[in-house]
Amino acid sequence: MTTQTLIYLFVGASFALYIGIAIWSRAASTSEFYVADGHVNPIVNGMATAADWMSAASFISMAGLIAFLGYDGSVYLMGWTGGYVMLALLLAPYLRQFGQYTVPDFIGARYYSKAARVVAVICLIFISFTYIAGQMRGVGIVFSRFLEVPVDLGVIIGMGIVFVYAVLGGMKGITYTQVAQYCVLIFAYMVPAFFISFLVTGNPMPQVGLGSQVADGSGMYVLQKLDSTLTDLGFTAYTDGSKSMIDIFCITAALMIGTAGLPHVIVRFFTVPSARDARKSAGWALVFIALLYTTAPAVGAFARINFIDTVNETPYAEAPEWLTNWESNDLIAFNDRNGDGVMQYRAGDAFAGAPAFTEERGASGERLVSNDPAQGENEVYVDRDIMVLANPEIANLPGWVIALVAAGGLAAALSTAAGLLLVISSSISHDLLKQTFRPQITEKGELMAARIAATAAILVAGYLGIYPPGFVAQVVAFAFGLAAASLFPAIFMGIFSKRMNKHGAIAGMLSGLAFTFLYIAYFKLWNPDANVAANWWFGISPEGIGVIGMLLNFAVAIGVASFTKSPPLEIRRLVDSIRVPRGARDTQI
Amino acid sequence: MAEGANDKDYATGENERGYWRANIRLLVTLMSIWFLVSFGAGILFRDFLDQWSLGGYPLGFWFAQQGSIYVFIALIVIYVRQMRKIEKRFGLDGE
Repeated sequence: MTTQTLIYLFVGASFALYIGIAIWSRAASTSEFYVADGHVNPIVNGMATAADWMSAASFISMAGLIAFLGYDGSVYLMGWTGGYVMLALLLAPYLRQFGQYTVPDFIGARYYSKAARVVAVICLIFISFTYIAGQMRGVGIVFSRFLEVPVDLGVIIGMGIVFVYAVLGGMKGITYTQVAQYCVLIFAYMVPAFFISFLVTGNPMPQVGLGSQVADGSGMYVLQKLDSTLTDLGFTAYTDGSKSMIDIFCITAALMIGTAGLPHVIVRFFTVPSARDARKSAGWALVFIALLYTTAPAVGAFARINFIDTVNETPYAEAPEWLTNWESNDLIAFNDRNGDGVMQYRAGDAFAGAPAFTEERGASGERLVSNDPAQGENEVYVDRDIMVLANPEIANLPGWVIALVAAGGLAAALSTAAGLLLVISSSISHDLLKQTFRPQITEKGELMAARIAATAAILVAGYLGIYPPGFVAQVVAFAFGLAAASLFPAIFMGIFSKRMNKHGAIAGMLSGLAFTFLYIAYFKLWNPDANVAANWWFGISPEGIGVIGMLLNFAVAIGVASFTKSPPLEIRRLVDSIRVPRGARDTQI
Repeated sequence: MAEGANDKDYATGENERGYWRANIRLLVTLMSIWFLVSFGAGILFRDFLDQWSLGGYPLGFWFAQQGSIYVFIALIVIYVRQMRKIEKRFGLDGE
C-alpha cells in the first residue's frame, strides 16, 4: 500500500471511531450535556483532560519550537505542566465540591453578582475563541499536507466531525471521544519518537536518549553535539537560551497560571463524582500529559540534528522528497544567494519576513521568492511547525508511521476544539440565558439553546480557521495571559479568602484583563515594530506580562475589598462548604 | 439564587477549622517544592546546577526540560495520599 492510501485509511478509521462513540453516548439532559452527569471515572477523566489540553500546538508545534529555541523552550515544558499542580492543589477539588456546571457559575455565586458572572463569561469567550481559531488552522494544515485537499475543505471536514460529537453528545460525547483521541495521539507521538531516538542514540526511550551519546561513534552526547554543531553554524548553543532570566521566569509563570485558569480545563474536573476524585483526576491528567511533554524535548533535539544533517550543504537538486513537499506547501524555502545550488543553513534569516513565492523557478528548480534580502549567509527558511509532521519523513520511517502522525495531529486538534466549543456553548446557554437573562427557560429549551450555541460557535471557529485574521498566530499569548490575569485570581481568592467581596473581585478582574490586553495588543497589533526587549517593561515580553496582570488583579481586588462591605454571611458559609468535604455536595447535581 | 443558600452552618466547627489548617500547611509545603524545582532549579539556579550533569544532561537543563515535570507528578500523588489521611484524622472521609 502506498503511504497516501495508508493515511486515508488511518484518518478515516479514526474518524469513524469518534463518530461511533458520539452516537453511543448521546446527551439527554443539561447535566449530561454540561458535565456528563458528574459520573466520569477519575482515570477516564484524566485521559480526557490530557486530550482536551494537548492541542494542535502541543502535538504539532511544541517540539518544533523547542528544536529552534533550545533551553528557552523550557518555558512551554514547565509552564504547560506546572499548571496542573496548581489545579490539583489550589482549584479543582474546591470547584468540584462547589458542584455546578461552569466557571462563571462559581464566580457568579461566590461573588453574589450577575455582573461578576457576565465579566467571567466575557473573559471565557475571549480566551476560548483565541484558542480555537488555532485548532481549526491546525486541522487545515494537516489536511492540506497529508490528504492533499485544500486547507479550506480540510477545515470544513473538521467542523463537520466536531459538530457531530460536540452538538449531539455534549460533555458526555466529548469525554469518551477524547479518551479515544488521547490513545490515538499519544501512540502517534510516541512511535516515531521511539524510532528516532533509537536511530540517533541506540536507546529507544526518548527521555533517556536525549541524555545519551550519539550513536555515530564520536562518543559525544546528543546535547554536546547539538551545541557544537549549532555554534559552528553561528547559532547560540542549544543548552544556552537567548531570552533573559526575568522573561523566562515570567513566561513560565504566565503559562502555568494561565493553564490553571483555562475554563475548558477547569470544567473537566466538574465531571467527576467528588472533590477527592478531582484531585486524583488532576494527577492522572498530568501523568498522561507528561508522557508527551517529557518526550517533546527529545523529539525537538533529534529533529534539529537530523534536519541539519540532511539539509545543510546538500545540493538542492539532491534534496529529499519531504523537503520539496513542504516547499510546495509554502513552509520551506531555499534562497540560493551565492548561486552554488547548495543549501547553506546558518543562523539568521534567509530573507526578510515570511516567504512570498513567485511562480518562477530558480536555476536548481527551487521556488523563487520576492522577499527583500536579509543580512547573513543563511539560505534556508523553515517553518518551525513542520518539525513533528516532517520528522518521520526526515528520519525515513515507514509509511504507516507517517499515516499515524497525520491521524494523531487531527486527534489533538479536534479534541481541543470540541472541549473549547463546549465551554463556549454552556457559558451562553447556561450563564447568559438560564442564569442571567432568561431564567424562566425550560430544561429542554436550555438544552436546545446549548446545541444551537455550539453550532454557532463551530461556524465562527470554522470561519476563523478559513479566513484567519492576520494576527491569530500572534495572539495565542492572549489566551494564557488573559486567563492568568482575569479568571485565576478571582477563583483563587473565592476559595482562599472569605473577605474577598464582589466589588474587589470585579474591579480586580477588569483591571487585570484591561492591563494585560492593552500591553499585548500594543506590542502585537498596534506597534509590532516596538516589540523588542528594550521597550518592554522590566524586560518582560507580551507572552509573560500575564503575571504582572495577575499581581495587579490581586492588588486591586484586595485594595478595593478592604474599604467595601464584607460579603454576606451566607457567602462565608458557602466558602466553608467548599473548603471541607461534604457540604455543597447536597445542594446541586 | 439556589446555589449556596444552604442553612447548615459549616463555619464554626473546631474540627473543620483543624482540617482546613492541616490542608493549608500541606499546600504551603508542596507549593514551595513546586516553586523550587521549576523556578528555582530550572531557571534561577540553573547556571549553578549546570556544573553537574546527569548523563549527557547538564543538571539545570535537565530540571527545566525533564526533572521538574517528574516532581510535579510526585507532588500531586503525595497531595492525594496526604489529604486522604487528613480527611480520616478529622473524620471527614465518610460518604
